[in-house]
Amino acid sequence: MTDTPPVVVIGAGHNGLVAAAYLARAGRRVIVLEASDDLGGTAVTRALMPGVRAPVVAHLAPLLDPRVLKDLALARHGLVFARTQLRSVALNPAGEALVLDDEHILSGPVGAADHDAYVRFSAKMRRFADVLGAQYGRAPPRLAWDRWRDAWPAARLGLDIRRLGREDMREFLRIVTMAIHDLVNEYFDSDLLKGAIVADALWGTKLGSRSGNTVFTYLHRLSGQARELGVALPRGGMGAITEALASSAREAGVDIRVSSRVRKINVSAGRISGVVLESGEVVPAATVLSSADPKQTLLALLGARHLDVELAQRVHHARGTGTTAKLNLVLDGLPRFLGVSEVDLGERLLLSPSSLYADEAFNPAKYREYSRAPIMEITVPTVHDHSLAPTDCHVLSAIVQYAPHDLEGGWAQARASFEIMLLETLERHAPGIRQQLRHSQLLTPEDLERDFHVTGGHWHQLELSLDQALMLRPVAGLAQYRMPVEGLYLCGAGAHPGGGVMGTAGRNAARVVLEDGA
Amino acid sequence: MMRARDHYQQVVKHTPFHARTSAANTLNLWHRWRDYTVSDAYFDVSLEYTALRNACAVFDLSPMTKHRIEGPDALAFLDRLVTRDLSTLAPGRVAYCVWCDDRGQVIDDGTIFHLSQGVYRLCSQERQLEWLARSALGFDVTLTEETHEVAALALQGPTSAAVLKRLGLAGIATLKPFAMATFVLGPTSLLVSRTGFTGDLGYELWIDPAHAEYLWDRLFEAGELHGLKPMGTHALDMARIEAGFIQAGVDFLPADRAVRTDRTRSPLELDLAWLVDFKKAHFNGRGALLREHERGSRYRLVRLDVEGNKPAKDAYVYDDRRRVIGAVTSSVWSPMTKASIALASVAQPWGRPEETLWAEIYYQKELKWGRANARCRVVPGPFFDPPRRRQTPPADF
Repeated sequence: MTDTPPVVVIGAGHNGLVAAAYLARAGRRVIVLEASDDLGGTAVTRALMPGVRAPVVAHLAPLLDPRVLKDLALARHGLVFARTQLRSVALNPAGEALVLDDEHILSGPVGAADHDAYVRFSAKMRRFADVLGAQYGRAPPRLAWDRWRDAWPAARLGLDIRRLGREDMREFLRIVTMAIHDLVNEYFDSDLLKGAIVADALWGTKLGSRSGNTVFTYLHRLSGQARELGVALPRGGMGAITEALASSAREAGVDIRVSSRVRKINVSAGRISGVVLESGEVVPAATVLSSADPKQTLLALLGARHLDVELAQRVHHARGTGTTAKLNLVLDGLPRFLGVSEVDLGERLLLSPSSLYADEAFNPAKYREYSRAPIMEITVPTVHDHSLAPTDCHVLSAIVQYAPHDLEGGWAQARASFEIMLLETLERHAPGIRQQLRHSQLLTPEDLERDFHVTGGHWHQLELSLDQALMLRPVAGLAQYRMPVEGLYLCGAGAHPGGGVMGTAGRNAARVVLEDGA
Repeated sequence: MMRARDHYQQVVKHTPFHARTSAANTLNLWHRWRDYTVSDAYFDVSLEYTALRNACAVFDLSPMTKHRIEGPDALAFLDRLVTRDLSTLAPGRVAYCVWCDDRGQVIDDGTIFHLSQGVYRLCSQERQLEWLARSALGFDVTLTEETHEVAALALQGPTSAAVLKRLGLAGIATLKPFAMATFVLGPTSLLVSRTGFTGDLGYELWIDPAHAEYLWDRLFEAGELHGLKPMGTHALDMARIEAGFIQAGVDFLPADRAVRTDRTRSPLELDLAWLVDFKKAHFNGRGALLREHERGSRYRLVRLDVEGNKPAKDAYVYDDRRRVIGAVTSSVWSPMTKASIALASVAQPWGRPEETLWAEIYYQKELKWGRANARCRVVPGPFFDPPRRRQTPPADF
């Protein structure tokens, strides 16, 4: 290869690998440096106990960028989906569960009016989500520009909104900052239906259903372009995505090094000169892409001294307090959820019986306490994928909210009682589940911060809301992937368009690097 | 003695020299400078100025905002704050600096004293503690405002070195410009820096407020035969315009106070490019200043020699074709150069050295207004810059 210094990518999560693969395919020599002993970031499959593996952090891929799938030939590199188009099953404490897909209510205890309203609602939301989705595949608009071509994305955003037509444009602008609670009340009667919808606005965020911005977070989730996949379950767990990405990247020549934690990003003469590893090894590079969170990248690895004062303050104050925990269980046999048929057990189970329940689950997080009546998104991937565990054994994977990173009194003393409370909650919906329990793993945001190197343990690196989205993600002035020190780029979920195992940030960042000729 | 909780009853403080300055202020002219009241003039502005340029004069500098910066990252912190390279500023040296916001617009100017290894004092006209605290993210530094803990006098003029020698400050003659040294003075110690705001030979004296009056008395004893006089703000202002020194709030709007973004100025627009070092490590506003350096500035600060004898106060500045291109920010009749002089901010590309511009001066004679279009010459250097300012050892007067 050439003598030119390599491009260094910090972090072998999905975005880091996506960026690395694109750059290598464009002819760059790329080294990926991963702090953990395994690659994959939060899209990983790890052993829970001998012979049983699970998607320990992220467990579904509702937003995976189809361009990434295609460009990087992930199918050829072994990515197979055990299920696509997963349905939602709203667990009903009082009886029959509600089953719905992206367009229709399929069954459940709701009236005809709600059936019709859901068709109207979901069509409209998809239409609005497409406006956002269209912004995701490119660097976000700039608020100020001095080259006319930089004005184009802003004009496109305006045009995309305008093209909705007068009625829908007004509606879009009316609802985009609203609380999802108020919006679902405009459409529906059924508490169970409302609870299921609002929950999808809340995963990974520090927001309740009555928080502003939650229509936006709902649209963000819908904005994934992979309509043909829907909510998909990779065979082999989420690690299958990052393994396929790693395989594709390696084929293009990327050198992926695990157990290589970056301690410092070096600057000399006003530009990036390389990185220093924990071991003390220096890896020279003129271009560094970081998929680590923006605070870690800019304040810990680079250092505020290389940034302007107000900019450093904006990064420092960017909100990113994780409130999402993960519970992974190994069970003897299939769990039996009340009101859920065995066929539906493999779908996406939502524990959020009403919008008020979801909002009240959030309340304690504001006061640094955990929810005693939490919301959960539950999957039993082994229904579709027995590569994860022996046939007599099943994995239950649950995203749990709310469990604030900054818990009063700390997690060390609270985690045992929190875990017991979660199991009791599950027991009420799936009687006997505790007798089936062989192994349990709880990851609090504190664990996510420590084991997966995310400041604040936030699911999306930084809170996802309009004040930290598009041209404001991670903060105003840094939204174009290029950081102020020449040669440094952000390529992770803390950059536009954000989190949710999309790979879009990595792809966009790589394109910007190539555009710069860096 | 006021109890601490009654501090609000005295809104404006007296400086530690007040007993002496108020006794000397025969005109009873005062104005407010930050937390303190200070003298506009003591007995006659012209005579105070004359003392400054021909003998020496004392100015009460105590209200100057002073911040102490120390800790392992003190140098790195300051070097990121200001546009100038401070890595070569040795202990015992002083540097004039400006600092900018993220847009490369000047917040304030001031002097940084390297008091002892790793311990610095930043003196500025405006309060800066909040900006310093915001700038401290990621640095291991301790910031203390010590405005009230340090009393200060400026002793300026050709006989100032002789006065200090007579005061018994052995070795004062070898003190170079922008150097400082500590001397024993009676019961206390006195920090003397060869700095000032007059463009003349001069010193600034820094002392524990408890010994302020002692210093004043000893200084006037020592200065009796050297023509020492007290000097107020008006005389100082004449001197600083002659020296071409800019003042915050007068010649530029501190960027943190600006509402309208086009009203601020970068160091390059204030003729301070010599203070901006693009080769050193990152400093605040560097990116914006580098872009300005490459693409050109909007404005230029110019020194104008104005025809006639009328000060060009607040005058519009025109080019040869009667287009308004800027305005005067400071102006004075300069007794030393026998000229009406002014500092002005003009739009680029105007203001090149020796260019002819025009000032529209409005003046009043016995309540009747008149207007003059005065030809102005753009002067390349300071109006007044005597060799004695730099000469070491200074001549003995």
